[in-house]
Amino acid sequence: MRISRSPWLLHYDGSSCNGCDIEVLAATTPRFDVERFGIINTGNPKHADIFLCTGGVNAQNQDVVRQIYDQMPDPKVVLACGICACDGGIFKECYNILGGTDTVIPVDVYVPGCAVRPEAIIDGVVKALQILDDKKRRMKQEGYRSLTSEEYRKQLEEKRADGVKSDA
Amino acid sequence: MISTYGMAAILIYLVCSPFVASILSGVDRVVTARMQGRRGPSVMQAWWDLLKLFGKESTSVNDIQKILVAAHCFFAVFSGAIFFGGGDLLLVFFSLTMAEVFLILAAYSVNAAYSEIGAQRELLQMMAYEPMLLLTSVGFYLSTGSFAVSDIIRTDIPLICKMPGFFIGLCFILVIKLRKSPFDLATSHHAHQEIIKGLTGDLSGRIYGVSELAELYEEILMLGMAGLFFITSDPVSIVWALIAVAVVMFAMSLIDNVFPRVKWELLLRYSWLVTFFAGGTNLMVLLLQAKGL
Ligand code: SF4
Repeated sequence: MRISRSPWLLHYDGSSCNGCDIEVLAATTPRFDVERFGIINTGNPKHADIFLCTGGVNAQNQDVVRQIYDQMPDPKVVLACGICACDGGIFKECYNILGGTDTVIPVDVYVPGCAVRPEAIIDGVVKALQILDDKKRRMKQEGYRSLTSEEYRKQLEEKRADGVKSDA
Repeated sequence: MISTYGMAAILIYLVCSPFVASILSGVDRVVTARMQGRRGPSVMQAWWDLLKLFGKESTSVNDIQKILVAAHCFFAVFSGAIFFGGGDLLLVFFSLTMAEVFLILAAYSVNAAYSEIGAQRELLQMMAYEPMLLLTSVGFYLSTGSFAVSDIIRTDIPLICKMPGFFIGLCFILVIKLRKSPFDLATSHHAHQEIIKGLTGDLSGRIYGVSELAELYEEILMLGMAGLFFITSDPVSIVWALIAVAVVMFAMSLIDNVFPRVKWELLLRYSWLVTFFAGGTNLMVLLLQAKGL
């Protein structure tokens, strides 16, 4: 059974201007009937397979994003929706914004756009489903496990240190 | 002693229930979607969801949670096995209560806010439906002289003729038991945002799968109880019972869609009123009949 037949989705609003959220919510309302693909818009990270994040990560919600991500059981994918979630967007220079979702957790699919177009969201989810299936297969065959947010943080730090060294 | 038929029935129940129940919920989801003017998922959706859950990693806050959920599943399956094996209705009732209690304990054991609210509401929910469930067993006893399902199905006229009040009462609590209404109660299928699934909010992956499996077994048991009102010694009555169960399932979807935002206070009040009037009146009539009046 492919896991992509029953993807449960968790939507979290980082520090989005709500433009992207309106698009995402519209795409998950009964009018567009995402339930036909087995998608359930769940509010519970422990039941979710796809983490859809909108808006950048700020100083206050970084722990929330980490916690939601860590609570999701494997296999899981993270979808950054909107240019803010991709790299901070127009809020990038704000004093409280750390950057895109990938400043705190590993992101699998980036969906750009300001606000992100519904077609792009659907394309992104389709892409995410392929990755989800792939992760499931790797989990079975090679015992694959997603990075925890802590491991990811260390990895980022190492990369940064390497970057500083090579600059020097 | 369990008869050969009983054994066969238990075996069929154990093997087929999960699949049949998930197809039923799949059909239910499609019917619901059509009522709302949507296309809806495939009828296999609930089955795929279940398989997916078993393929996922499960994280648990403590080990006791796993044991409690397993016990919940065991007792849910056990109650169904007693029922379909022709056993005692009271035993079914007690074992079903036991199953619920284990799930509630599992929710309390994790010490999480939403699970706790879910557990409290599940207790209230039990308060709402248990009296009716117990009364129904008593009703079966009064009309057939036995609590054993194997004796009850030997009646000559379908019991719905003698116990229409109990049937209405049972249908009313089926809405709760099949996790339809109220939307803000425990593991209601709609409570995703309201209390983040409450009771099962802290179960994940395989453990959550086990609790879903138990729910599927329970669903078949509850539908079996509704069917019991139509079964007689004549084998053809099984067809009638199946039709009746299908009608009941459809009615449940309809009620759920017509009253999508029923809250638990309302349901508690109404379920007791229905128990008192529909169940109570029917009980009085049966008692008077038994006295030969
Ligand atoms: S990408 Fe644009 S619409 Fe979306 S949150 Fe950022 S600013 Fe708002």
